[in-house]
Amino acid sequence: MIAGLLHFFDMLIATIRDVLPIVVIIFGFQLFVLRRRIPNLPQLLVGFLFVIVGLALFLQGLEQALFPIGKLMAEQLTNPVFLGIDTAAGSQTPEWHYYIWVYLFAAAIGFATTIAEPSLIAVAIMANQVSGGTVGIRGLRVAVAIGVSVGIALGTYRIVSGTPLHYYIIAGYVVVILQTMVTPKSIVALAYDSGGVTTSTVTVPLVAALGLGLASNVPGRNPLLDGFGLIAFASLFPIMSVMAYAQLSEWYGRRISRQLSDSREE
Amino acid sequence: MAVVKKLLLHLGSSLVGSIKDLTPIIMVIAFFQLAVLRQPIPNLADLLVGTMLVVLGLTLFVYGLKTGLFPIGETMAHGFARKGSVPWLLLFAFALGFGTTVAEPALIAVVDEAARVAAAGSMIENTPTAMTDYADGLRLTVALSVGLAIMVGVMRIIKGWPVHYLIMGGYAGVVIMTGFAPPEIIGIAYDSGGVTTSTITVPLVTALGVGLSSSIHGRNPLTDGFGLIAFASLTPMIFVMGYGMLL
Repeated sequence: MIAGLLHFFDMLIATIRDVLPIVVIIFGFQLFVLRRRIPNLPQLLVGFLFVIVGLALFLQGLEQALFPIGKLMAEQLTNPVFLGIDTAAGSQTPEWHYYIWVYLFAAAIGFATTIAEPSLIAVAIMANQVSGGTVGIRGLRVAVAIGVSVGIALGTYRIVSGTPLHYYIIAGYVVVILQTMVTPKSIVALAYDSGGVTTSTVTVPLVAALGLGLASNVPGRNPLLDGFGLIAFASLFPIMSVMAYAQLSEWYGRRISRQLSDSREE
Repeated sequence: MAVVKKLLLHLGSSLVGSIKDLTPIIMVIAFFQLAVLRQPIPNLADLLVGTMLVVLGLTLFVYGLKTGLFPIGETMAHGFARKGSVPWLLLFAFALGFGTTVAEPALIAVVDEAARVAAAGSMIENTPTAMTDYADGLRLTVALSVGLAIMVGVMRIIKGWPVHYLIMGGYAGVVIMTGFAPPEIIGIAYDSGGVTTSTITVPLVTALGVGLSSSIHGRNPLTDGFGLIAFASLTPMIFVMGYGMLL
């Protein structure tokens, strides 16, 4: 109990240290450049306090509960013995389908961690306010989570098969550019942003553990070189899934309005 | 008294939301541990307490977001728009990007890993000093690139350039640099884009973009206000590959 409290205290100090440069920049500019009184200062300070304490609690909980078991599972799932691979067979790369549980775990954990990612919650709330409710908070988050899930599953397949990372990423860029041309313009900027916010506090440690475990267990892969790249997948695929979500809802909306006008003509 | 009651009601409803947000992780872990790996869950008590902390922390964070981070971001954006000084605004944008990235824990972890890769690939000497120098240089490079990205992104909002031109330019930069960069650095460079934007930076930068585009005449908060984060996750990829080429 006392050890836990001490650890929480460390976490609180670390969070305050992270927030400090931001606070200095904000108040420095507000006082010396803008030279205006800050409206609702007490409420604002309470808000900052909530953010710091909340983030510290959040990180403490993650480190105490979810990260250890998540990392342990990533190790166990990538273990050749569990996957039924005969390691005595030599250094040749095993067939990709031995790793089916790894792909499934990657997809599931990618989806689940993205739903809990605080920065994505922030962007979704803002997008909902700004769009006057047309962009749903839950809809956006689920669309992003599906993108991360597909991206990380494909990323683990890449580590197993050993194909170069940049082929996938450049192909992804081409798809994003093509989609940009046909997607409703209002959603494009938001879709691009969804790529950058998905990978932070919750997702990165778990996904990095998965990539590292996989790269050290698959014969012929070097953890230093092949363990990276999953985060890049997780930041690229949500852009596609959010644009696809916008296209689908536009298409669905058109179909409904056509049906309505059809039924009126009869 | 009424204020406290309102606060408690609000926290209560977002507590329910946080529990819903955490349910998928719990389900995934329970399913894979019990049904696939077929092992008992170790330290169940620790896991339960930790999950409660995560739920509580997320609830407080989301509340603080709405009462603290979003309002200050928007207030400052409106303040700069009224003041009408572009150089100060750009300096603020750069300071926000640089200052929040340089101390980011996820970034520190990634650059340390990158130094190990560079030493193993004998790009640098395998000594602690050489590795620290390399890691610090890389961290400054990334922070600089994020600062520049936010600055250019704010310029885009002021001028009203379409967001996809900037992104496509960034993509072209990444593809061209990939052709020249040493292969060892590519994986780290690609990942560095994703880790730079922290949980506190994202709400602030989003509020800044939305606030600016709603106070400048002729800009739309939805089409122009977003996009700052996207550009800030592209430039580190380009700069880190450039750093790998120079050393």
